[in-house]
Order: sequence, then structure tokens, then C-alpha cells
Amino acid sequence: MRQSNFARYVFANTEFRMSLSLSLNVNGVAHDMALDDPRVTLLDLLRERLDLTGTKKGCDRGQCGACTVIVDGRRINACLALAASCDGAEILTIEGLAQGDVLHKVQAAFIAHDGFQCGFCTPGQIMSAIGLLNEGQTGDDPERVREGMSGNLCRCGAYDGITAAVLDALRETQANTRPEAA
Amino acid sequence: MTPFEFVRPKTVAEAIAAAAAPGAAFLAGGTNLLDLMKGDVARPSRVVDITKLPGLAAIETLADGGLRIGALVRNADLAHDAAFAATYPAIAEALLSGASPQLRNAATVGGNLMQRTRCGYFYDPASACNKREPGAGCAAIGGETRLFAVLGWSEHCIATNPSDFCVPLAAFDAVVEIAGPAGPREIPLEAFHLLPGDTPARETALAPGELIVAVRLPAEAAAFAPHARYIKLRERTSYAFAVVSAAAGLRLEDGHITAARLALGGVALKPWRVRDAEAALRGKPPGREAFRAAADIALAGAKPSGDNGFKIELARRVAARALALAAAGTPTRLPALPASPFAPTPGALHV
Repeated sequence: MRQSNFARYVFANTEFRMSLSLSLNVNGVAHDMALDDPRVTLLDLLRERLDLTGTKKGCDRGQCGACTVIVDGRRINACLALAASCDGAEILTIEGLAQGDVLHKVQAAFIAHDGFQCGFCTPGQIMSAIGLLNEGQTGDDPERVREGMSGNLCRCGAYDGITAAVLDALRETQANTRPEAA
Repeated sequence: MTPFEFVRPKTVAEAIAAAAAPGAAFLAGGTNLLDLMKGDVARPSRVVDITKLPGLAAIETLADGGLRIGALVRNADLAHDAAFAATYPAIAEALLSGASPQLRNAATVGGNLMQRTRCGYFYDPASACNKREPGAGCAAIGGETRLFAVLGWSEHCIATNPSDFCVPLAAFDAVVEIAGPAGPREIPLEAFHLLPGDTPARETALAPGELIVAVRLPAEAAAFAPHARYIKLRERTSYAFAVVSAAAGLRLEDGHITAARLALGGVALKPWRVRDAEAALRGKPPGREAFRAAADIALAGAKPSGDNGFKIELARRVAARALALAAAGTPTRLPALPASPFAPTPGALHV
């Protein structure tokens, strides 16, 4: 197999020194970028290169969930994805939720139920909750909601409010999707 | 992270060629590899991104009634595939007991098989580890050994395999399809992970450049669907690796066991299938006595690798419990809740 047959990107400290082109759609906005280092994670790309600092870096090791974003419709930990692997992806972050002054229903539910204290984990909690809503596996069972949100840690311990907020958003979603309940 | 060359092949053949170079690593979901790279435990000089390879993300029913799962199928997609969960419920249950929803959305079938041990000494580059550096010694031995292996360990390595998914795969005779520089081949999952012996750095049966392309389940495994469970004991309700786990399947006829499957997790460096325990169950009426006897056989060769003798009795009890729950019948809804002290659900399973 000749190596020139496939895309090959070589970075700093080598004679090739090329950059890797990357196309992303973030919150509805297309970005064509050149990456000078393949080590950049999706999280660092969002925060450091696109100035979307709503997505938080907590543990940076996939354990806390503060970096949760939606990639192609699925919630993932942005810290454990290489940006280079996300070429062509559609990404939704906390900044893409509100329509002007109108909050997303999950954002509104977190405020209504005091689903946070210091707020650091909140963007990740909200994006994770949106992922959970999309997945549709929990029904309105609080125990299944807690299990479904277990990838997001809250050091302030606002779990009661978080669970109540997610349940509220779930009920609203169900009400809106059932004609008989309208 | 150490600098690396990033390669994005377009075909399986290109991927294999790119990964045959020393120091190369395949990247799929990245949930384990990137973590290891950030901790300076894995230092690949070349990362071969296989996420966009065509043809590796399908779940297909085969002509013989078996199932072929592409290596790039995400854990969450497999577990929530209705036909898969109905046919192989213990495997779906194992998948859903692992990691977090975010990680299950990213992690792949092939990557799960390639998951490295979660041994804290392996993860700490300042500690001696025969896996990271052959001949360096094992800092785990004589260290904090509570959660280490009780079966199949050696004086060179006492780590465990962390996978939930692989435990029922071993129990139900999964086969790993591999592509590589020397052509395609397949091996039973049971033979995929290697015990440490005196070469703990050698972890799987894969040769350099070889790539997992699919995992296949035989049609016969589906016969256990009405009585199949995965029971995972962990130190918190959710989002934790198993202290001990067990996958069990039973076929029952006229009040007797006609066939049994049993494998243990968290006890060794590979999923631990116990065929002699399965054989002992055949012909017996399902019940506490038969299950306990099978569990005793399963752990007969166990010995502590440190302060972890408790895991031997724990594994016996988890194995017997998995068999008892399998006999009681597969729940209609999977996963059965892992349960928590706050669970309001009556009958929620505290395992």
C-alpha cells in the first residue's frame, strides 16, 4: 500500500509540517479551519479556538461530564474526542440553545428547580439532559433519570434539583408530543 | 500527550497498512486511548483514525441465524437495538451497566475488546509496571490490592480486565473477526485476551496491524434469551467498574437445566468462562444448591493476589445470584435498574 493513497497528516517536529483541514458546523454556523496540531480535543477547539467557553473543562478525562456536548445528535464528552476525528460533524453546545432571550425548555427547567449552585457543571448537565431527552429511554421514572444523568457530576450536590428539572423537561416533551394531551 | 502523526485512511486495507508501523494505534471512540494518552501511559507515534471507515458499523442477522456486529457500532446503539436486546439480553444488560451514557455513545464494540486494564499502577507512569515496561516489575503486588485479580494472575501482573461487555460475550461463544496484513482470520472471544504469565505486555491475540472488524454471535446463544442475566457488583450505584460481575444463561426444560453458560468479570485479566461449572449444572434442577455448587466449581482455582480474598467469596455469591436471577427469567425491561438507596421503585434490584 503506497502511503500517498490516503490522507496523511504530519505535524510539528517533522519535515512534512502540514496542517489538517477541518469542517465543523457548530450551533448552526459552518467553520472551516486548519488544525496545526492533531492533539487538539474537541473541547479545546471549542473553548480556545472558537471562544465558546460555555462548555467546561472539569476533569479532562471523561469522568465528570462538564464538557458534554451534542455531536451529530448524541451526547458525548468533548474532552475525549480529537477535533480531527470530528471532521464534518454537527455540534450543539450550550451557546446554541437559547433563541435570543427565550431559553431552551431544559435551561428554563434548571432555573425553575434550582438545578445548580455554583454553575460550573451546569452547561454539561443541560447538554446531557438534552441528550437524555433525545434518547427517550427513561420515561418519567426518577430512578432511571438519575441513572441516565450519572455521567455528570455536581460537586455542589444539586442533584435533587437537577433530577426535578430533567423530569419537568421530560414531562413537557411528552405533553408536546402526545396529541391527546395537548 | 506526546506528539503523533495523525492518519485518516479511507479503507480497511489502508488502515491495516498504516497501523503495521511500530508505535501505531487505531483510534475509534477514543474513550480509553485518549485518556491513556493524556496520562502519558499510551504514547503512540501514529494514530490511525478508523472512525470513518466504511462498512464497519452495521448490525446484521446472518443466514445461519447468528448476528454480526460491526466493530464501529457504538455501545449505546447496540444495547438499544431492539432485536439485539431481545435476542441477547444479558449482553445488552452488560453494555448498559458500563461507563456513562456519554461514553457509551462514543465507545465502540471493537474498542471495548481493546480496553486496557484500569489498574491504578498501570495508569501511573511513576509506578513500576510490566505491562508498560517489560521487566520493570509490578508495583501493584504488595500495594493497594483490594480490587485485583483472584484468578489467572501471575507474579508479573495481577491486574483485571475492566470490560462488562466481554463477560457475556465469552459466556455466549462470541467470535472476533479480524483483518490484518496476513489476511482475515477469526478467533473465539475466549481466546482473544491473554493471561499475564511472564509477558503481561502482550494483552491480546492481535498481531501488529491487525484490526477487529466485527464480533459474531452464534444462533445457539439466542436459545438462552428467556433466562439470561448480567449481574454487576460495584462500589457505587452507577458509573463504576465491576468489583465482581457474572453473566449467566440457562436453558430449562421440565424442571431441569439442559444447558448453562457462566462467565465472571472483575476476577482476572480476561473474562473468565467456567465450562466445568456449566457442565455441573446440566441435568440438575435449578435452585440454590445447584447454583452454589456451580459457583464453588467456578472459583475452585482462585487465590488472593493480595488483600482481596473477599473477592473469592463475593464472586461465588455473584455467580450463584446471576444463575438464580437467570432462572427466574429475563426481565421484560432492560436494563433492570442498578438501583440506589433512593430508589422508589419496588423490587429494584440491589446488586
